[in-house]
Amino acid sequence: MTDGSYQAVMARKNQIIRASVGIDYEQFNTGRMTFDYEGMMRQTGYALAEIISIQRAAGVGNTPLLELRNLTRLARDTAEPGYGARILVKDEAANPSGSFKARRAAVSVFHAKRHGYPGVLAATSGNYGAAVASQAAIQGLNCIIVQEVYDSRGVGQPEIVEKGRVCEAYGAEVVQLSVGPELFYVALRLLEETGYFNASLYTPFGIAGIETLGYEIGMEVKERYGRPPDAVVVTHAGGGNVTGTARGLARAGCKDTTVIGASVDLRGLHMASDHDFNRKSFTTGHTGFGVPFATWPDRTDVPRNAARPLRYLERYVLVTQGDVFYTTEALAQLEGLERGPAGNTSLAAAIALAREMKSDEILVVQETEYTGAGKHPSAQLTFARESGVEIKLGDPALNVPGQVIIIPEQPEQVKVRDYDLDGARKSYLRNAVSNFGLSYVTTGEMEFLAAETRSDVQFVQAVLRELGVECPC
Amino acid sequence: MAKELAHPGDWVQVHSVILKAGERAPGVPDDTARVPLEMRVKGFCVHEARVGQPATVLTAAGRQVSGILVAVEPAYEHDFGRPVPELLKVAAALRRRYRDGGAGCD
Repeated sequence: MTDGSYQAVMARKNQIIRASVGIDYEQFNTGRMTFDYEGMMRQTGYALAEIISIQRAAGVGNTPLLELRNLTRLARDTAEPGYGARILVKDEAANPSGSFKARRAAVSVFHAKRHGYPGVLAATSGNYGAAVASQAAIQGLNCIIVQEVYDSRGVGQPEIVEKGRVCEAYGAEVVQLSVGPELFYVALRLLEETGYFNASLYTPFGIAGIETLGYEIGMEVKERYGRPPDAVVVTHAGGGNVTGTARGLARAGCKDTTVIGASVDLRGLHMASDHDFNRKSFTTGHTGFGVPFATWPDRTDVPRNAARPLRYLERYVLVTQGDVFYTTEALAQLEGLERGPAGNTSLAAAIALAREMKSDEILVVQETEYTGAGKHPSAQLTFARESGVEIKLGDPALNVPGQVIIIPEQPEQVKVRDYDLDGARKSYLRNAVSNFGLSYVTTGEMEFLAAETRSDVQFVQAVLRELGVECPC
Repeated sequence: MAKELAHPGDWVQVHSVILKAGERAPGVPDDTARVPLEMRVKGFCVHEARVGQPATVLTAAGRQVSGILVAVEPAYEHDFGRPVPELLKVAAALRRRYRDGGAGCD
Protein backbone atom coordinates (compact mmCIF):
# COMPACT_ATOMS: atom_id res chain seq x y z
CA MET A 1 0.00 0.00 0.00
CA THR A 2 1.21 3.52 -0.81
CA ASP A 3 2.59 5.44 2.16
CA GLY A 4 0.26 8.42 2.69
CA SER A 5 2.34 10.15 5.37
CA TYR A 6 3.31 13.77 4.86
CA GLN A 7 6.99 13.01 4.36
CA ALA A 8 6.38 10.11 1.95
CA VAL A 9 3.89 12.01 -0.22
CA MET A 10 6.08 15.12 -0.40
CA ALA A 11 9.01 12.90 -1.40
CA ARG A 12 6.92 11.62 -4.33
CA LYS A 13 5.96 15.17 -5.37
CA ASN A 14 7.87 15.20 -8.66
CA GLN A 15 6.47 11.92 -9.95
CA ILE A 16 2.92 12.82 -8.90
CA ILE A 17 3.21 16.18 -10.67
CA ARG A 18 4.68 14.63 -13.79
CA ALA A 19 1.76 12.22 -14.06
CA SER A 20 -0.86 14.83 -13.25
CA VAL A 21 0.39 17.69 -15.42
CA GLY A 22 1.93 15.69 -18.25
CA ILE A 23 5.04 17.85 -18.36
CA ASP A 24 8.53 16.58 -17.76
CA TYR A 25 10.02 19.77 -16.36
CA GLU A 26 13.54 18.38 -16.36
CA GLN A 27 13.73 18.69 -20.13
CA PHE A 28 13.85 22.49 -19.74
CA ASN A 29 16.79 22.49 -17.35
CA THR A 30 19.88 24.00 -18.93
CA GLY A 31 22.12 23.82 -15.87
CA ARG A 32 22.12 23.36 -12.11
CA MET A 33 19.84 26.41 -11.73
CA THR A 34 19.05 27.77 -15.19
CA PHE A 35 16.18 26.65 -17.41
CA ASP A 36 14.67 27.56 -20.76
CA TYR A 37 11.66 29.66 -19.74
CA GLU A 38 10.47 30.49 -23.25
CA GLY A 39 10.92 26.85 -24.30
CA MET A 40 8.73 25.83 -21.38
CA MET A 41 6.07 28.38 -22.37
CA ARG A 42 6.05 27.00 -25.93
CA GLN A 43 5.48 23.53 -24.43
CA THR A 44 1.84 24.48 -23.97
CA GLY A 45 1.44 23.33 -27.56
CA TYR A 46 -1.14 26.02 -28.21
CA ALA A 47 -0.60 29.16 -30.24
CA LEU A 48 -2.37 32.37 -29.20
CA ALA A 49 -5.01 31.90 -31.92
CA GLU A 50 -5.78 28.39 -30.62
CA ILE A 51 -6.08 29.66 -27.06
CA ILE A 52 -8.49 32.36 -28.20
CA SER A 53 -10.56 29.74 -29.98
CA ILE A 54 -10.54 27.37 -26.95
CA GLN A 55 -11.66 30.24 -24.73
CA ARG A 56 -14.39 31.45 -27.11
CA ALA A 57 -15.80 27.93 -27.33
CA ALA A 58 -16.07 27.95 -23.53
CA GLY A 59 -17.65 31.41 -23.34
CA VAL A 60 -14.46 32.95 -21.96
CA GLY A 61 -12.83 36.27 -22.84
CA ASN A 62 -13.77 39.14 -25.14
CA THR A 63 -15.06 40.92 -22.04
CA PRO A 64 -16.16 44.58 -22.18
CA LEU A 65 -13.48 47.26 -21.84
CA LEU A 66 -15.34 50.03 -20.04
CA GLU A 67 -14.31 53.66 -19.79
CA LEU A 68 -14.86 54.79 -16.21
CA ARG A 69 -15.82 58.40 -16.90
CA ASN A 70 -16.88 59.29 -13.38
CA LEU A 71 -13.85 57.72 -11.68
CA THR A 72 -11.66 59.48 -14.26
CA ARG A 73 -13.39 62.72 -13.28
CA LEU A 74 -12.78 61.90 -9.62
CA ALA A 75 -9.07 61.36 -10.30
CA ARG A 76 -8.84 64.60 -12.33
CA ASP A 77 -10.72 66.62 -9.70
CA THR A 78 -8.14 65.54 -7.12
CA ALA A 79 -5.06 65.94 -9.36
CA GLU A 80 -2.92 68.90 -10.44
CA PRO A 81 -4.27 70.74 -13.52
CA GLY A 82 -3.51 68.77 -16.69
CA TYR A 83 -3.20 65.49 -14.78
CA GLY A 84 -5.58 62.58 -14.34
CA ALA A 85 -5.32 59.78 -16.91
CA ARG A 86 -8.37 58.28 -18.55
CA ILE A 87 -9.22 55.11 -16.58
CA LEU A 88 -10.53 52.03 -18.37
CA VAL A 89 -11.46 48.72 -16.78
CA LYS A 90 -11.62 45.27 -18.33
CA ASP A 91 -14.84 43.85 -16.91
CA GLU A 92 -13.57 40.32 -16.35
CA ALA A 93 -16.53 39.60 -14.06
CA ALA A 94 -18.35 38.97 -17.36
CA ASN A 95 -16.51 35.64 -17.75
CA PRO A 96 -18.60 32.49 -17.02
CA SER A 97 -17.32 32.06 -13.47
CA GLY A 98 -17.08 35.78 -12.73
CA SER A 99 -13.35 36.46 -12.95
CA PHE A 100 -10.32 36.42 -15.25
CA LYS A 101 -9.43 33.03 -13.77
CA ALA A 102 -11.79 31.49 -16.33
CA ARG A 103 -9.09 32.24 -18.93
CA ARG A 104 -6.57 30.13 -17.01
CA ALA A 105 -9.02 27.34 -16.33
CA ALA A 106 -10.37 27.11 -19.90
CA VAL A 107 -7.00 26.09 -21.32
CA SER A 108 -6.10 23.69 -18.47
CA VAL A 109 -9.45 21.93 -18.51
CA PHE A 110 -9.47 21.71 -22.33
CA HIS A 111 -6.00 20.16 -22.15
CA ALA A 112 -7.11 17.68 -19.47
CA LYS A 113 -10.09 16.62 -21.58
CA ARG A 114 -8.01 16.24 -24.74
CA HIS A 115 -5.47 14.06 -22.95
CA GLY A 116 -8.11 11.78 -21.46
CA TYR A 117 -7.80 12.63 -17.77
CA PRO A 118 -10.90 11.48 -15.84
CA GLY A 119 -11.18 14.76 -13.93
CA VAL A 120 -9.42 17.94 -12.83
CA LEU A 121 -8.18 19.06 -9.44
CA ALA A 122 -7.06 22.48 -8.24
CA ALA A 123 -5.72 23.52 -4.85
CA THR A 124 -6.97 27.08 -4.47
CA SER A 125 -8.98 29.19 -2.08
CA GLY A 126 -9.59 31.84 -4.73
CA ASN A 127 -11.74 32.52 -7.78
CA TYR A 128 -9.71 29.95 -9.66
CA GLY A 129 -11.68 27.16 -7.99
CA ALA A 130 -14.95 28.46 -9.43
CA ALA A 131 -13.25 28.86 -12.80
CA VAL A 132 -12.00 25.27 -12.90
CA ALA A 133 -15.34 23.94 -11.63
CA SER A 134 -17.23 25.94 -14.26
CA GLN A 135 -14.95 24.86 -17.11
CA ALA A 136 -15.08 21.24 -15.91
CA ALA A 137 -18.87 21.45 -16.07
CA ILE A 138 -18.63 22.65 -19.69
CA GLN A 139 -16.21 19.85 -20.62
CA GLY A 140 -18.11 17.19 -18.68
CA LEU A 141 -15.21 16.34 -16.36
CA ASN A 142 -15.28 15.57 -12.66
CA CYS A 143 -13.72 18.24 -10.48
CA ILE A 144 -12.21 18.48 -7.00
CA ILE A 145 -11.28 21.83 -5.46
CA VAL A 146 -9.10 21.83 -2.34
CA GLN A 147 -9.49 24.97 -0.22
CA GLU A 148 -8.08 26.43 2.99
CA VAL A 149 -11.26 27.67 4.68
CA TYR A 150 -11.41 27.32 8.45
CA ASP A 151 -9.37 28.26 11.47
CA SER A 152 -9.03 25.80 14.36
CA ARG A 153 -12.26 27.10 15.91
CA GLY A 154 -14.09 26.02 12.77
CA VAL A 155 -14.75 29.64 11.77
CA GLY A 156 -14.75 29.97 7.99
CA GLN A 157 -13.41 32.95 6.04
CA PRO A 158 -16.62 34.36 4.49
CA GLU A 159 -14.89 35.18 1.20
CA ILE A 160 -13.66 31.59 0.90
CA VAL A 161 -16.90 30.02 2.14
CA GLU A 162 -18.59 31.79 -0.77
CA LYS A 163 -15.96 30.54 -3.19
CA GLY A 164 -16.63 27.03 -1.92
CA ARG A 165 -20.37 27.46 -2.41
CA VAL A 166 -19.92 28.56 -6.00
CA CYS A 167 -17.65 25.56 -6.73
CA GLU A 168 -20.41 23.30 -5.42
CA ALA A 169 -22.92 25.17 -7.55
CA TYR A 170 -20.83 24.17 -10.60
CA GLY A 171 -20.84 20.54 -9.49
CA ALA A 172 -17.39 20.24 -7.90
CA GLU A 173 -16.44 18.29 -4.80
CA VAL A 174 -14.96 20.80 -2.38
CA VAL A 175 -12.39 19.56 0.13
CA GLN A 176 -12.37 22.16 2.88
CA LEU A 177 -9.25 22.31 5.05
CA SER A 178 -8.16 24.24 8.09
CA VAL A 179 -5.26 26.71 7.93
CA GLY A 180 -1.87 25.51 6.74
CA PRO A 181 0.43 25.00 3.78
CA GLU A 182 -0.32 21.25 3.84
CA LEU A 183 -3.10 22.07 1.38
CA PHE A 184 -0.59 20.94 -1.26
CA TYR A 185 0.06 17.67 0.55
CA VAL A 186 -3.67 16.92 0.49
CA ALA A 187 -3.85 17.88 -3.18
CA LEU A 188 -0.96 15.55 -4.04
CA ARG A 189 -2.63 12.67 -2.18
CA LEU A 190 -5.86 13.27 -4.06
CA LEU A 191 -4.06 13.45 -7.41
CA GLU A 192 -2.49 10.08 -6.66
CA GLU A 193 -5.80 8.61 -5.59
CA THR A 194 -7.88 9.88 -8.52
CA GLY A 195 -5.47 10.18 -11.46
CA TYR A 196 -6.97 13.60 -12.16
CA PHE A 197 -5.23 16.38 -14.07
CA ASN A 198 -3.57 18.94 -11.80
CA ALA A 199 -5.04 22.22 -13.03
CA SER A 200 -2.28 24.05 -11.20
CA LEU A 201 -2.37 27.83 -11.32
CA TYR A 202 1.25 27.81 -12.33
CA THR A 203 1.54 25.61 -15.44
CA PRO A 204 2.39 27.08 -18.84
CA PHE A 205 -1.22 26.28 -19.87
CA GLY A 206 -2.64 28.48 -17.14
CA ILE A 207 -0.36 31.41 -17.85
CA ALA A 208 -0.87 31.16 -21.61
CA GLY A 209 -4.59 31.49 -20.89
CA ILE A 210 -4.05 34.95 -19.38
CA GLU A 211 -2.07 36.19 -22.37
CA THR A 212 -5.37 36.75 -24.18
CA LEU A 213 -6.33 39.28 -21.50
CA GLY A 214 -3.31 41.49 -22.15
CA TYR A 215 -3.71 40.94 -25.87
CA GLU A 216 -7.38 41.99 -25.91
CA ILE A 217 -6.57 45.13 -23.88
CA GLY A 218 -3.70 46.12 -26.16
CA MET A 219 -5.62 45.56 -29.40
CA GLU A 220 -8.83 47.21 -28.26
CA VAL A 221 -7.18 50.32 -26.82
CA LYS A 222 -5.17 50.77 -30.00
CA GLU A 223 -8.28 50.38 -32.14
CA ARG A 224 -10.47 52.66 -30.05
CA TYR A 225 -8.00 55.39 -29.07
CA GLY A 226 -5.41 55.08 -31.83
CA ARG A 227 -2.58 54.42 -29.35
CA PRO A 228 -1.48 51.71 -26.94
CA PRO A 229 -2.31 52.11 -23.23
CA ASP A 230 0.33 54.11 -21.36
CA ALA A 231 0.05 51.84 -18.33
CA VAL A 232 -1.81 48.73 -17.25
CA VAL A 233 -2.28 48.05 -13.56
CA VAL A 234 -2.61 44.43 -12.50
CA THR A 235 -3.66 42.99 -9.14
CA HIS A 236 -0.66 40.93 -8.10
CA ALA A 237 -0.77 37.80 -5.94
CA GLY A 238 0.76 34.56 -7.24
CA GLY A 239 2.25 36.30 -10.28
CA GLY A 240 0.20 34.71 -13.07
CA ASN A 241 -1.93 37.77 -13.67
CA VAL A 242 1.14 40.00 -14.09
CA THR A 243 3.03 37.46 -16.19
CA GLY A 244 0.19 36.56 -18.56
CA THR A 245 -1.04 40.13 -18.99
CA ALA A 246 2.45 41.49 -19.71
CA ARG A 247 3.14 38.74 -22.24
CA GLY A 248 -0.21 39.38 -23.95
CA LEU A 249 0.44 43.13 -24.15
CA ALA A 250 3.79 42.39 -25.81
CA ARG A 251 2.02 40.14 -28.32
CA ALA A 252 -0.33 43.05 -29.11
CA GLY A 253 2.71 45.19 -29.87
CA CYS A 254 2.40 47.35 -26.75
CA LYS A 255 6.12 47.44 -26.06
CA ASP A 256 6.08 50.79 -24.28
CA THR A 257 3.10 50.13 -22.01
CA THR A 258 4.20 50.18 -18.37
CA VAL A 259 3.10 47.11 -16.41
CA ILE A 260 2.35 48.00 -12.79
CA GLY A 261 1.53 45.42 -10.12
CA ALA A 262 -0.72 46.30 -7.18
CA SER A 263 -1.32 44.38 -3.95
CA VAL A 264 -3.16 44.98 -0.72
CA ASP A 265 -0.63 45.60 2.02
CA LEU A 266 -1.02 42.87 4.63
CA ARG A 267 2.59 42.88 5.77
CA GLY A 268 2.83 41.79 9.38
CA LEU A 269 0.21 39.04 9.12
CA HIS A 270 1.54 35.50 8.81
CA MET A 271 -0.26 33.68 6.02
CA ALA A 272 0.11 30.22 7.60
CA SER A 273 -0.95 31.36 11.06
CA ASP A 274 -4.13 29.89 12.50
CA HIS A 275 -4.68 33.08 14.51
CA ASP A 276 -3.96 35.58 11.72
CA PHE A 277 -6.04 33.71 9.12
CA ASN A 278 -9.35 35.33 10.03
CA ARG A 279 -7.88 38.74 10.83
CA LYS A 280 -7.38 39.63 7.20
CA SER A 281 -10.22 40.95 5.08
CA PHE A 282 -8.61 39.97 1.78
CA THR A 283 -7.74 36.38 0.99
CA THR A 284 -6.00 37.17 -2.30
CA GLY A 285 -4.38 40.06 -4.16
CA HIS A 286 -2.25 40.81 -1.11
CA THR A 287 1.41 41.00 -0.15
CA GLY A 288 1.24 37.61 1.61
CA PHE A 289 1.34 36.10 -1.89
CA GLY A 290 2.64 39.02 -3.92
CA VAL A 291 5.99 39.42 -2.20
CA PRO A 292 7.05 35.76 -1.72
CA PHE A 293 5.94 34.77 -5.24
CA ALA A 294 7.90 37.67 -6.74
CA THR A 295 11.04 36.95 -4.74
CA TRP A 296 10.86 33.17 -5.27
CA PRO A 297 8.28 31.86 -7.77
CA ASP A 298 9.27 28.20 -7.45
CA ARG A 299 7.36 27.62 -4.21
CA THR A 300 4.30 26.04 -5.83
CA ASP A 301 2.85 22.67 -6.76
CA VAL A 302 4.94 22.51 -9.97
CA PRO A 303 8.75 22.36 -10.17
CA ARG A 304 9.05 25.40 -12.47
CA ASN A 305 6.48 28.12 -12.04
CA ALA A 306 5.38 29.63 -15.36
CA ALA A 307 4.35 32.77 -13.47
CA ARG A 308 7.55 34.81 -12.99
CA PRO A 309 6.38 38.31 -12.08
CA LEU A 310 9.81 39.87 -11.52
CA ARG A 311 10.51 39.30 -15.22
CA TYR A 312 7.65 41.66 -16.07
CA LEU A 313 6.95 44.09 -13.22
CA GLU A 314 8.11 47.61 -13.96
CA ARG A 315 6.59 49.03 -10.81
CA TYR A 316 4.91 47.47 -7.79
CA VAL A 317 2.57 49.49 -5.58
CA LEU A 318 0.67 48.73 -2.40
CA VAL A 319 -2.73 49.92 -1.26
CA THR A 320 -4.54 49.31 2.03
CA GLN A 321 -7.67 47.25 2.67
CA GLY A 322 -9.49 50.53 3.42
CA ASP A 323 -8.46 51.99 0.03
CA VAL A 324 -9.96 48.98 -1.75
CA PHE A 325 -13.23 49.05 0.20
CA TYR A 326 -13.54 52.78 -0.56
CA THR A 327 -12.88 52.20 -4.25
CA THR A 328 -15.37 49.33 -4.37
CA GLU A 329 -17.97 51.71 -2.97
CA ALA A 330 -16.96 54.41 -5.48
CA LEU A 331 -17.27 51.98 -8.39
CA ALA A 332 -20.82 51.15 -7.32
CA GLN A 333 -21.90 54.72 -6.48
CA LEU A 334 -20.31 56.51 -9.45
CA GLU A 335 -20.15 53.89 -12.19
CA GLY A 336 -23.09 51.66 -11.34
CA LEU A 337 -20.88 48.58 -11.18
CA GLU A 338 -21.01 46.34 -8.11
CA ARG A 339 -17.83 44.27 -8.28
CA GLY A 340 -15.05 42.92 -6.10
CA PRO A 341 -13.78 43.78 -3.60
CA ALA A 342 -10.46 41.88 -3.96
CA GLY A 343 -10.53 42.34 -7.73
CA ASN A 344 -10.68 46.10 -7.18
CA THR A 345 -7.17 46.19 -5.70
CA SER A 346 -5.74 47.42 -9.00
CA LEU A 347 -8.63 49.87 -9.40
CA ALA A 348 -7.83 51.44 -6.02
CA ALA A 349 -4.22 51.82 -7.15
CA ALA A 350 -5.44 53.29 -10.45
CA ILE A 351 -7.20 56.19 -8.74
CA ALA A 352 -3.87 57.24 -7.24
CA LEU A 353 -1.77 56.34 -10.30
CA ALA A 354 -4.08 58.26 -12.68
CA ARG A 355 -3.35 61.43 -10.68
CA GLU A 356 0.36 61.04 -11.49
CA MET A 357 -0.34 60.73 -15.22
CA LYS A 358 -1.26 63.40 -17.78
CA SER A 359 -4.92 63.75 -18.68
CA ASP A 360 -4.29 62.63 -22.27
CA GLU A 361 -2.80 59.32 -21.08
CA ILE A 362 -4.62 56.00 -20.78
CA LEU A 363 -4.49 53.76 -17.73
CA VAL A 364 -6.13 50.33 -17.93
CA VAL A 365 -7.26 48.32 -14.91
CA GLN A 366 -7.21 44.79 -16.22
CA GLU A 367 -9.83 43.01 -14.12
CA THR A 368 -13.00 43.04 -12.10
CA GLU A 369 -14.48 40.04 -10.26
CA TYR A 370 -17.99 39.04 -9.27
CA THR A 371 -19.36 39.94 -5.87
CA GLY A 372 -21.83 38.10 -3.65
CA ALA A 373 -22.65 36.98 -0.13
CA GLY A 374 -19.44 36.71 1.92
CA LYS A 375 -17.43 38.31 -0.85
CA HIS A 376 -18.62 41.85 -0.41
CA PRO A 377 -17.49 44.94 1.58
CA SER A 378 -20.35 44.74 4.07
CA ALA A 379 -19.83 41.00 4.60
CA GLN A 380 -16.07 41.31 4.99
CA LEU A 381 -16.17 44.37 7.23
CA THR A 382 -18.90 42.86 9.42
CA PHE A 383 -16.72 39.77 9.80
CA ALA A 384 -13.64 41.89 10.53
CA ARG A 385 -15.49 43.83 13.21
CA GLU A 386 -16.75 40.58 14.79
CA SER A 387 -13.17 39.27 14.72
CA GLY A 388 -11.99 42.24 16.80
CA VAL A 389 -10.60 44.40 13.99
CA GLU A 390 -11.30 48.11 14.47
CA ILE A 391 -12.89 49.91 11.51
CA LYS A 392 -12.95 53.68 11.20
CA LEU A 393 -12.84 56.60 8.80
CA GLY A 394 -9.65 58.56 8.35
CA ASP A 395 -6.23 58.31 6.77
CA PRO A 396 -5.73 54.76 5.45
CA ALA A 397 -1.96 55.14 5.76
CA LEU A 398 -2.43 54.68 9.52
CA ASN A 399 -3.96 51.20 9.13
CA VAL A 400 -2.50 48.18 10.90
CA PRO A 401 -3.24 44.90 9.08
CA GLY A 402 -5.21 42.58 11.38
CA GLN A 403 -5.93 45.37 13.87
CA VAL A 404 -7.24 48.53 12.24
CA ILE A 405 -8.86 49.11 8.86
CA ILE A 406 -9.13 52.79 7.98
CA ILE A 407 -11.49 53.78 5.19
CA PRO A 408 -10.60 57.05 3.46
CA GLU A 409 -13.07 59.90 3.90
CA GLN A 410 -11.96 61.68 0.74
CA PRO A 411 -10.71 60.38 -2.62
CA GLU A 412 -7.47 62.34 -2.12
CA GLN A 413 -6.63 59.92 0.69
CA VAL A 414 -6.50 56.93 -1.69
CA LYS A 415 -2.77 56.62 -2.28
CA VAL A 416 -0.22 54.06 -3.42
CA ARG A 417 3.01 53.22 -1.66
CA ASP A 418 5.81 52.00 -3.91
CA TYR A 419 7.30 48.64 -3.04
CA ASP A 420 11.04 48.71 -3.66
CA LEU A 421 11.51 46.42 -6.68
CA ASP A 422 15.30 46.52 -6.36
CA GLY A 423 14.80 45.17 -2.85
CA ALA A 424 12.63 42.40 -4.30
CA ARG A 425 15.33 41.65 -6.90
CA LYS A 426 17.94 41.39 -4.15
CA SER A 427 15.66 39.03 -2.21
CA TYR A 428 15.25 36.89 -5.31
CA LEU A 429 19.03 36.68 -5.74
CA ARG A 430 19.51 35.86 -2.04
CA ASN A 431 16.95 33.07 -2.42
CA ALA A 432 18.72 31.73 -5.53
CA VAL A 433 22.05 31.68 -3.71
CA SER A 434 20.58 29.93 -0.70
CA ASN A 435 18.29 27.47 -2.54
CA PHE A 436 20.97 26.37 -5.00
CA GLY A 437 23.89 26.73 -2.57
CA LEU A 438 25.78 28.95 -5.01
CA SER A 439 29.39 29.75 -4.17
CA TYR A 440 30.23 30.86 -7.73
CA VAL A 441 28.26 31.67 -10.90
CA THR A 442 29.07 31.58 -14.60
CA THR A 443 28.42 34.38 -17.10
CA GLY A 444 25.45 32.42 -18.47
CA GLU A 445 23.99 32.05 -15.00
CA MET A 446 24.34 35.78 -14.37
CA GLU A 447 22.50 36.48 -17.64
CA PHE A 448 19.73 34.10 -16.54
CA LEU A 449 19.46 35.81 -13.17
CA ALA A 450 19.35 39.23 -14.86
CA ALA A 451 16.43 38.05 -17.04
CA GLU A 452 14.71 36.53 -14.01
CA THR A 453 14.90 39.86 -12.16
CA ARG A 454 14.43 42.27 -15.08
CA SER A 455 17.80 43.79 -14.22
CA ASP A 456 21.23 43.59 -15.83
CA VAL A 457 24.42 41.62 -15.34
CA GLN A 458 26.09 44.51 -13.47
CA PHE A 459 23.26 44.60 -10.91
CA VAL A 460 23.33 40.82 -10.47
CA GLN A 461 27.12 40.83 -10.12
CA ALA A 462 27.10 43.58 -7.48
CA VAL A 463 24.46 41.82 -5.39
CA LEU A 464 26.07 38.38 -5.68
CA ARG A 465 29.49 39.73 -4.72
CA GLU A 466 27.95 41.33 -1.64
CA LEU A 467 26.64 37.86 -0.79
CA GLY A 468 30.15 36.41 -1.15
CA VAL A 469 29.46 34.61 -4.43
CA GLU A 470 32.37 34.40 -6.85
CA CYS A 471 31.48 36.03 -10.21
CA PRO A 472 33.37 36.21 -13.50
CA CYS A 473 34.76 39.67 -14.29
CA MET B 1 -33.61 22.74 14.24
CA ALA B 2 -30.58 20.97 12.87
CA LYS B 3 -31.18 17.34 11.92
CA GLU B 4 -29.28 14.73 13.95
CA LEU B 5 -29.98 11.62 11.88
CA ALA B 6 -28.88 11.08 8.29
CA HIS B 7 -30.59 8.55 6.06
CA PRO B 8 -28.90 6.97 3.05
CA GLY B 9 -28.86 9.56 0.24
CA ASP B 10 -29.06 12.60 2.55
CA TRP B 11 -26.65 15.46 1.80
CA VAL B 12 -24.24 15.63 4.74
CA GLN B 13 -20.83 16.82 5.86
CA VAL B 14 -18.09 14.67 7.41
CA HIS B 15 -15.02 15.79 9.31
CA SER B 16 -11.64 14.14 9.81
CA VAL B 17 -8.16 14.97 11.05
CA ILE B 18 -5.53 14.74 8.30
CA LEU B 19 -2.46 15.62 10.36
CA LYS B 20 -2.41 15.63 14.15
CA ALA B 21 -0.87 18.48 16.12
CA GLY B 22 2.82 17.65 16.21
CA GLU B 23 2.72 16.08 12.73
CA ARG B 24 2.32 19.38 10.88
CA ALA B 25 4.63 20.48 8.07
CA PRO B 26 8.01 21.78 9.18
CA GLY B 27 8.14 25.55 9.43
CA VAL B 28 4.47 26.29 10.16
CA PRO B 29 3.96 28.98 12.82
CA ASP B 30 3.64 27.73 16.42
CA ASP B 31 -0.08 28.49 16.69
CA THR B 32 -0.72 26.34 13.60
CA ALA B 33 1.65 23.55 14.70
CA ARG B 34 -0.31 23.24 17.96
CA VAL B 35 -3.58 22.36 16.19
CA PRO B 36 -4.47 19.52 13.78
CA LEU B 37 -5.01 19.87 10.04
CA GLU B 38 -8.73 19.21 9.66
CA MET B 39 -10.80 18.32 6.62
CA ARG B 40 -14.51 18.75 5.91
CA VAL B 41 -16.16 17.16 2.89
CA LYS B 42 -19.80 17.05 1.76
CA GLY B 43 -21.59 14.29 -0.07
CA PHE B 44 -24.55 11.90 -0.07
CA CYS B 45 -24.57 9.72 3.02
CA VAL B 46 -24.03 6.08 2.06
CA HIS B 47 -25.71 4.61 5.13
CA GLU B 48 -27.75 5.72 8.14
CA ALA B 49 -25.68 7.64 10.73
CA ARG B 50 -26.10 10.07 13.60
CA VAL B 51 -24.17 13.29 14.07
CA GLY B 52 -20.99 12.43 15.96
CA GLN B 53 -20.80 8.90 14.50
CA PRO B 54 -18.53 7.64 11.71
CA ALA B 55 -20.07 8.03 8.26
CA THR B 56 -19.13 7.50 4.63
CA VAL B 57 -20.26 9.88 1.89
CA LEU B 58 -20.32 9.78 -1.90
CA THR B 59 -19.00 13.13 -3.14
CA ALA B 60 -19.94 15.13 -6.23
CA ALA B 61 -16.82 13.75 -7.91
CA GLY B 62 -17.90 10.18 -7.09
CA ARG B 63 -15.37 9.48 -4.33
CA GLN B 64 -16.21 7.71 -1.10
CA VAL B 65 -14.93 9.67 1.88
CA SER B 66 -15.22 8.63 5.52
CA GLY B 67 -15.18 10.76 8.64
CA ILE B 68 -17.29 11.77 11.59
CA LEU B 69 -20.72 13.06 10.62
CA VAL B 70 -20.87 16.73 11.62
CA ALA B 71 -23.93 18.05 9.78
CA VAL B 72 -27.01 16.81 7.97
CA GLU B 73 -28.04 19.15 5.14
CA PRO B 74 -25.30 21.66 6.05
CA ALA B 75 -26.40 25.25 5.43
CA TYR B 76 -24.51 28.07 3.79
CA GLU B 77 -24.43 30.64 6.54
CA HIS B 78 -22.39 33.41 4.93
CA ASP B 79 -24.32 36.55 4.04
CA PHE B 80 -23.91 40.22 3.20
CA GLY B 81 -23.35 41.21 6.82
CA ARG B 82 -24.63 44.31 8.54
CA PRO B 83 -24.70 47.83 7.08
CA VAL B 84 -21.28 49.40 7.59
CA PRO B 85 -21.80 53.00 8.82
CA GLU B 86 -18.38 54.08 7.56
CA LEU B 87 -19.15 52.86 4.04
CA LEU B 88 -22.61 54.43 4.09
CA LYS B 89 -21.01 57.80 4.88
CA VAL B 90 -18.43 57.39 2.13
CA ALA B 91 -21.15 56.42 -0.36
CA ALA B 92 -23.25 59.45 0.57
CA ALA B 93 -20.26 61.78 0.18
CA LEU B 94 -19.51 60.34 -3.26
CA ARG B 95 -23.12 60.84 -4.34
CA ARG B 96 -23.14 64.42 -3.02
CA ARG B 97 -20.05 65.17 -5.05
CA TYR B 98 -21.59 64.65 -8.48
CA ARG B 99 -25.35 64.51 -8.01
CA ASP B 100 -27.58 67.52 -7.51
CA GLY B 101 -29.37 67.04 -4.21
CA GLY B 102 -27.61 63.70 -3.69
CA ALA B 103 -28.94 62.04 -0.56
CA GLY B 104 -26.56 61.85 2.33
CA CYS B 105 -25.53 63.14 5.69
CA ASP B 106 -23.09 65.87 6.66
